[in-house]
Amino acid sequence: MTATRRTADTLLLLLGLVVFWEILHRIAGETAMPAPLSTFAYLVHNLTTPRFIANLTTTGLELGYALLLAYGIGLSIGVWMGAHRLSGAVGEPILVSLYSLPKITLYPVVLLIFGLGISGKVAFGALHGVLPVALLTMGAIRTIPPVYLRAARSLQLSPWQTIATVLLPAALPEVFTGLRIGFTVTLLGVLLGEMFASKEGLGAMIINALQLVQGEEMMTVAVVLFAFAALANGFLLFIEHRLHRRA
Amino acid sequence: MTRIGLIRLVVIVALVGVLELACRTGLIDHRVIIPPSEMASALWTLLVSGSLDADIARTLGLIGLVTALSIVLGFAAGIAIHALPRLRGALDPFFATYYAVPIFIFYPVLIAIFGLSLMPIVLIGVATAIVAMIIATLNGLDRVPRVLGKVARVHRLGRVATALQLQLPAAAPYLFTGIKLAVSYGFIAVIAAEFILSPAGLGRDIADAYADFNNRRMYALILFLLIVATLLNAVLHGLDMRFAARRSGGRL
Repeated sequence: MTATRRTADTLLLLLGLVVFWEILHRIAGETAMPAPLSTFAYLVHNLTTPRFIANLTTTGLELGYALLLAYGIGLSIGVWMGAHRLSGAVGEPILVSLYSLPKITLYPVVLLIFGLGISGKVAFGALHGVLPVALLTMGAIRTIPPVYLRAARSLQLSPWQTIATVLLPAALPEVFTGLRIGFTVTLLGVLLGEMFASKEGLGAMIINALQLVQGEEMMTVAVVLFAFAALANGFLLFIEHRLHRRA
Repeated sequence: MTRIGLIRLVVIVALVGVLELACRTGLIDHRVIIPPSEMASALWTLLVSGSLDADIARTLGLIGLVTALSIVLGFAAGIAIHALPRLRGALDPFFATYYAVPIFIFYPVLIAIFGLSLMPIVLIGVATAIVAMIIATLNGLDRVPRVLGKVARVHRLGRVATALQLQLPAAAPYLFTGIKLAVSYGFIAVIAAEFILSPAGLGRDIADAYADFNNRRMYALILFLLIVATLLNAVLHGLDMRFAARRSGGRL
């Protein structure tokens, strides 16, 4: 009963948001802020055009590569700093302060190193994702009960076996939290990268639409990105809750 | 300094030293990264010349404004939402997803509505920072011990006195977490907005220097922002440690 009422309340709020959008449209005018209805009509018509699909593919590809890098490097750093006490103690404050820096200031440096193509945006996305993955993995591995490690030693497991069969499974729920947050910030990094000095991808599409005064296109891309990010986060949260419950 | 602190210092100095050496010996092209010592001297020249003053004032002022608005409005909104459980229940899923969606993607939309002025930057900054403050306020109010309500009744305190003398101090550590996040998010949003599209400001300066291939200026500005961000974080972290010590000091 309460659960259904709560869902109803949330839906009501969502409806309120659309009404707010409509009011904003009435105030700001058609070109600056298209109406929700015309945006959804635009969305339905343009979602399958080759241009939109090409940009979507570019962003998807960049996000995929960036995630691979962020997860690979982040997990390696996290496992290393979590398992090796001294490295962790020395490195953690450095990682924390890097994490809280506005990464956008480093984007020109990334562009100078990796160039204006896809690799620059991938590197920038990965730069965002590496730190939360590393920090949460490190924290997860540190809180593993020492008795697990003693068991691994008494079974004479190699370092690799210890990581694969003891450390990672025990730390999985918290590590997964890191992967989820890493996903969110990597997506943000890739989009920010596309919004500056790029011609391809959804971020570039939004900036282009702004310059061409294409309000509908701008809102359409924003809505698509919001929906994608929210759904992906919901899915990852669902897995995360299951992992926590099992643990 | 502790042994670990010393090792950390050595690691950082060594990293900067390696970068300096790699740049000096030509291993890293001058057109890609300039030596750290040159960044520092370029920044010094820029700061002394005073040509940055207007942009520094503008950007830091904007960050201050965004942060102050987010903290005050977020705190007020948090109190209001806490008082309305039904609204809170409906808002919870929004709070849970808020920082998972790229809010910043709305910045161009705000420019389309308000034009290329201060307004879109302030709005995107507040939109980024305020929710952290709202969530922190809700967390803080949730964790005010119930017994304090009885204490207030025993002492016959009025609503205002209860709020100021009991609830606020009890929620303070959580509120501070919100303030810390609001500062950090406000900083990032303002710089990012200036960098992507803005008439002036330090973020815009960096983007311009990049477009002009003016590496000395660009690296000087980047260094400046990194120093400001690091100092800000260090101050906030120090205050946070104090709160943490108080929290575990058994005062509540």
